[in-house]
Order: sequence, then C-alpha cells, then structure tokens
Amino acid sequence: MKLVDSYEFIEKLRDLIYQLLEIRDRSRIGGDSFLRIKMGTPLVKLGFISMLKGGVIMDVTNEKQAEIAEDAGAVGVMVLDKLPYDVRASGGVARTAGLDVIQRVMETVTIPVSAKCRIGHAEEARLLEEVGVDLIDESEVLTPVDERAHINKWEFMVPFVNGARNLPEALRRIFEGASMIRTKGEPGTGNVAEAVKHMKLVNRDIATLRGYYMSGDVEALWVYAKENKAPYELVILTARLGRLPVVNFAAGGIATPADAALMMWLGADGVFVGSGIFKSSDPEARARAIVLATAYYDDPETVAEAQKMVSERSAMIGIDVRKLKPEELMQVRGE
Amino acid sequence: MVVVGVLSLQGDFLEHLQLLSEIDGVKALPVRSAKDLARIDALVIPGGESTTIGFLMRLRGLDSAIIDLAREGRPIMGTCAGAVLLAKRVADRVVGDTGQPLLELMDIAVKRNAFGRQRESFEVELSLEGIGSMKAIFIRAPAIVEAWGDAKIVAYVDYPGIGRVGAVAIQKNALAVTFHPEISRDTKLYEYLVSLVKK
Repeated sequence: MKLVDSYEFIEKLRDLIYQLLEIRDRSRIGGDSFLRIKMGTPLVKLGFISMLKGGVIMDVTNEKQAEIAEDAGAVGVMVLDKLPYDVRASGGVARTAGLDVIQRVMETVTIPVSAKCRIGHAEEARLLEEVGVDLIDESEVLTPVDERAHINKWEFMVPFVNGARNLPEALRRIFEGASMIRTKGEPGTGNVAEAVKHMKLVNRDIATLRGYYMSGDVEALWVYAKENKAPYELVILTARLGRLPVVNFAAGGIATPADAALMMWLGADGVFVGSGIFKSSDPEARARAIVLATAYYDDPETVAEAQKMVSERSAMIGIDVRKLKPEELMQVRGE
Repeated sequence: MVVVGVLSLQGDFLEHLQLLSEIDGVKALPVRSAKDLARIDALVIPGGESTTIGFLMRLRGLDSAIIDLAREGRPIMGTCAGAVLLAKRVADRVVGDTGQPLLELMDIAVKRNAFGRQRESFEVELSLEGIGSMKAIFIRAPAIVEAWGDAKIVAYVDYPGIGRVGAVAIQKNALAVTFHPEISRDTKLYEYLVSLVKK
C-alpha cells in the first residue's frame, strides 16, 4: 500500500462523515457540479501537501523575510506576528498574524503562504481562508481558545496542518480533517530534542501497529485504538500502510542543517523551521543550507557542505527544555 | 526494459516512481545527481515548488546535464512545477516576472498560479488529444498561455472567470503537463512518454 492509496481512503472517510452529518449538500466542499470542476476535495488538498515533501517551510514575520526564504529555495512560508521565540519571551495572548501582513507576503512571493490560527478558533481560520492563505496551521504556538475540541477541518476548502506529539494525537487530528501533520517538538527553543522525541514516539507506535497487522492480530489493533483514544479506521490504515496516512513534517527547535537532516533520517517528509533562521545572525546562508541539507539528507557529503555554509557562532542561542517550567511548555496544548 | 528517471530533489517524486514501476517493462530510477542521467532512457520532472527544484538543480549542476539529455532526443515530461521548468517564458499571476532558474526546453509561455491560490485548486475530467481522457488534479497549477514553433497544445481546461487555457503541450520528445497524473494515479501519460523512447 502506498501513501496516495491512503488519500483515497481519507476521501471515503470524509464522504462517510458527511453522510452521517447530512450536511454534504449544503457544504461548500464539492463546488458547482454544473461546471464539472470540483474544488476543495481531499485529493486536491492532500495532493497539494504531497508537493511540499522534501522541502522546508520557514516562519517569517514580514515580506522581506519571505523573499529571503523564497530565494533560499523554501517550499513555503508561515506568516506570524512574532517568531515562536518572541512569543515565548513576550508572554500574554498570542493570536493570528495581521491580515495586512499576510496579504503583503502573498503579493511578494510565488511560493505557498501559510498562517497560524489558534486551536479551536474557527473564525480565525475562516478569515485566513478568506484572504487566500494556502495552508492553515492550527497551532499550539498561539494561545488555544478551546483545548478540548479542535476545529472541524473537513468544512474548509483550504488544507490544515496540525501538531502532534504521538501517533494517537496525529490520528485524531486526521480524523478531524487535517491534511498534514507536524510533530510538535518544543517551539521557539532552538533545541531539537523534543522534536526527536516526538518523531521517535510516532515511529515506534507505527512499527508496533505494523507488527500487529503483519501477524494478523486484529484484536491488538482494537485494544490499541481503545486505550489510546485513536480512531479505529485510521489505526488499521496506519498499520497497513506502515507510515502516517498523510504527509508528516518535523517542527519545533530545528536550528541547523544537521538538525534538519537528522529529522529527515527519522522519517520526516520535510521540515518547518521557526525561530531557527531569523533568530540567527546569518539568515540568508542558514536558510539555503537547511534547504540543501533537507533535500540531500541521505548524502553526508552534501550535508557537511551545507553545515559548512553556516557558523555555530551565528546559530540562535536556544533554550534547554529541562529549564522550562511545565506551564511554559507549548507542546501540551490541545491533545 | 525502459528505464525512466524521476528527478528526486523535492516534491512528490516518490508517487511518480511508484506509479512508473507498476507499468510493465518499465524500471523507475530516482535521479539525484548528474551521473544518474547516464542510466536513463526518459526523464520525469515531478510536481513540487519550481523555485526550490530550480534552485537545487542549479546548485548541483543538474540543469545543464538535463538540457544535454533533452538535446540527445531522450523524452522528458514535466508535471506542474516540471512544466514550469521546461518553459521558455514564465510569469506569475500576481508577482509577474519571477527570474527563477529554468531549463527553457519548450517553446511555450507559462503563467504560474494561473487559476489562483490553493483555495482555487480543482479536479476535472480532461480529454487529451491522442492520449485519452483522465481525471486531472490541478494544484496551484500553471497554465500554458502560448505555444509557438514545434510546440502544440493538446489539452485545454475551461475555468470559470479565466476561460480556455492550455493544460498539456507536446513538442517532439518533450511534454509539459500542468496537472498531476501521479496523484490521480493515471498511467496513460507515462505510457505515452515510454512510447517516445527510441527502440
């Protein structure tokens, strides 16, 4: 079974959910059948995410940074009001970025433009869809408004990415309509430790499920779904596929080319770099080096070349995650 | 056995490789460096971000090697970002001139993000002259706005508010496809590409 085959399954899952809700006909998804053109379908959303694979999406706060990212070969930019590091430093409530800034970035670069909305804040998401953002990140970096229920993402034409710390969390987000997952890590720290932890947790659970599937132990799959509050259909799909059923990027604390290559080795389909680039003192060179190291992660010679493009003295200082108080952790928001 | 390479720098190259290996008599090979090109009979440039693929291609010296390969008459197909890279002239709908690295192998002019942003991406049944009809997935797709010389547009798409624009162009051994056959998993275009390989 291949990743694109899982897209077909997710399409059926969407149909099933919509049949049960009986809102399919009124939904905006499906477009006008008279024109034969269908918009916002799962294949259109998941296909778009597939195009990002092997690439780097960079956090930016203005159009100048967005241009640097595009010239460095980024596959996308994520527009924020403040970089995660500054969100952490300033405290208070973090909200979605100003729509005027997002629009200026969209008029400046040709690559996809993403933006974050608060967890559970469907209206912020609708606004982002309205201005024409290509990908919405329902993100724990911003202050959540509803930690118990995430946004119903099936209702949107624009694809969503959600953070996850482990496999059940990722599968719950996909069940809510997320088209892409990113392992959370600990944002704004310049410390890749938590990203590694989360990626390995996801990988080990997938290996376990794959083992159950290969040995024909369906009962174990039921028990796993029940004990971990994971949607049963997606547990079986993951077990059969042997990977996450949607594209998965690594995020949270990636600061050097070697960090990016490490995450790719651990099975990430690409990386998000938040504060790592524009909190360093060599953003242009660092952005290019991280793009190169991500694309050629399996070629140590090229990664070494990329690592030489940046100086460790210029890297962001970073934060030891163990020094953060429990209430300062962003990764625990919205399970 | 025909060996088809897929440029595997960024984008959904894996989907192309998997679909190609399902076709009888075809061996699919990822192309990561200029030396991989010596072993292939035809090349596919996948979807992804054309600016990223162009940046990496130039950095690794793959652009001139691919131009040489095409000049030798080995068939080449670009889908979406790949179609942008094959074009002689490229402009973006909003930004205008992009100044991005290109291969300039086909006599076509392409408008990037022609239909709008991801919100405006769509799927439609499309019929291709001489190849057949298929489900076509257009994702932040470019449009072929002009073809001259030996290049010929063989499929058009009608989009509300935009009108009739080119979706597929063929010029001798080169194909520019603005949608994603690897996502709808249709092998017709790949079979056509393989048929162009000189026996």
